[in-house]
Amino acid sequence: MRSFYISFVSEFYKSRKTLAFWAAIVLPLIICGLIALGYYSNSARVLKYNYPGMMLWFQYSSAALGVMGMLILPFYVMFMAFSVNNIEHKNDTWKTLFSQPLNKFSIYTAKYVYAVALLFICIFLFALLTYSTGYLLQMLVPKFTFNDYNPATILSKLYGKLFLASLGILSVQFILSLIWSDFLKPMGIGFIGTIMGMITASVGWKYAYLIPYSDPTLALRSSTSPKNATPESFTIFTQEVWVSIAYGVVLFVVGYFILTKRNIK
Amino acid sequence: MNTSFAIETVELNHRFGSQTVVKDLSLQVPKGSIYGFLGPNGAGKTTTIKILLNLLQSSSDTVFIFGKELNSNRTACLKQMGSLVEQPAIYAHLTGKENLINRCILLGIDKRKATEMLTLVGLSNAANKKAGKYSLGMKQRLGIALALIADPELLLLDEPTNGLDPNGIIEIRNLMIELAGKHGKTILVSSHLLAEIERIATHVGIINKGELLFQGKINELHDLSKPVIKIEVDDSAAALNILGTTGAEIIDMDEGLVKIAYTGKAEMGKYNSLLVNNGVTVYAIHTEKKDLEHLFLDITSKN
Repeated sequence: MRSFYISFVSEFYKSRKTLAFWAAIVLPLIICGLIALGYYSNSARVLKYNYPGMMLWFQYSSAALGVMGMLILPFYVMFMAFSVNNIEHKNDTWKTLFSQPLNKFSIYTAKYVYAVALLFICIFLFALLTYSTGYLLQMLVPKFTFNDYNPATILSKLYGKLFLASLGILSVQFILSLIWSDFLKPMGIGFIGTIMGMITASVGWKYAYLIPYSDPTLALRSSTSPKNATPESFTIFTQEVWVSIAYGVVLFVVGYFILTKRNIK
Repeated sequence: MNTSFAIETVELNHRFGSQTVVKDLSLQVPKGSIYGFLGPNGAGKTTTIKILLNLLQSSSDTVFIFGKELNSNRTACLKQMGSLVEQPAIYAHLTGKENLINRCILLGIDKRKATEMLTLVGLSNAANKKAGKYSLGMKQRLGIALALIADPELLLLDEPTNGLDPNGIIEIRNLMIELAGKHGKTILVSSHLLAEIERIATHVGIINKGELLFQGKINELHDLSKPVIKIEVDDSAAALNILGTTGAEIIDMDEGLVKIAYTGKAEMGKYNSLLVNNGVTVYAIHTEKKDLEHLFLDITSKN
């Protein structure tokens, strides 16, 4: 456990000056900031629709969720998984990392958990910023109806679901970047995967949920509540979320075996 | 296993695909020694060091560190080792000091040790400069600081003076002598230059094409290069007979050439007159001493 903890702290220490770390923070800031700015500067037009509180929150949050689930999230995950491993490939530091008196499993787990933590931070900030900028807009433009509905539950459920649905992509990309030191292979495969995911999810292919890249989109789509129920009452653990978690668990184990069997050049 | 050895390998083998890079290697590095691990480029030195660090797989019961089997005591063994393998592995986006602090985090040691190490290797002035911007020599120093930071009992240094200027080489050499002499550390230092090792090593292992060709104390290596008398004669068989009666140690003979051990000038003169008086024509007689460099080349070119 101590091995894991110090490896994790070291992962943070090493990457705190890298783009992968800052992107987890800056990305939600920019996207939520831009959407809020858009709502602020176009407040007159938004107000014309006379949305009730819940509807306004729905419109407002889906702006971020839409781009996030479809495009930005897969690309951020690819880039981040690449970056966490590339820090060792680029500096040729796998050999020093694995010649420390720490067990290999802890080093590997710390790296994987660190990648998951970065994804969590990014998604958490998206939820937090959507929530707080909504209320900020309300303060700036008192005619908005953000105050009429509290989106805390639905936002945390939606983003929580999105997080779980992205674990599959993260695990695939993590392994690809663990094996290959170059940028193009994991990015190329990830890019093709994302496009495949987008297409299969949008044409509604029966088995699309088996492709990890389509899981975030499918997860958002399956977040509708049955009639007569409150909008928050949708299920988190739908088929595609389970598939994504399963990919996460299986590939995490596979990655460890790849690493232990591999000679470190 | 013999616990007087810091490192012991027993018929260690390693292959990359179909190519055998380490063959039946039985290293014995005594505790407290500076063991010069010599061999030309591509001889298998780095591979061996990587095996000793468990970076490359080895079969069980072939590698022992302070008497402990490596595969089953990986963490315990690594705790006693500090290493510098090939070019130093340094995070280029972190400063020199941050690289050392990161290592302190991984080893669970006091971060103040980082500053101490920077002073030791003479990098205090460049502590806050990005390591990626360091010169090769500075990187090498940082690599050595990283290897030393945990105060390990055993140091594995793979060509540590690579890229250093003459001053740097002398500093590192003195540092190694101090570490082994005053602090009782064991150092395995690889090099392809015998001259560099000769001055500091107490023990030497010479490897070529994955095979250990010589292993022993440095004086034993010197003994191999004892001077010989080369005598060119018209009849080497007759010369051999005559010299045999004097009790001279015959080292080698060939058509028209006899080599005997050199024992002194007077004896050399005696052999000469004895041969001439007994009717053997002596064309030339002279001493020959191989310097270690030639000896090294001789040893490594044999296999």
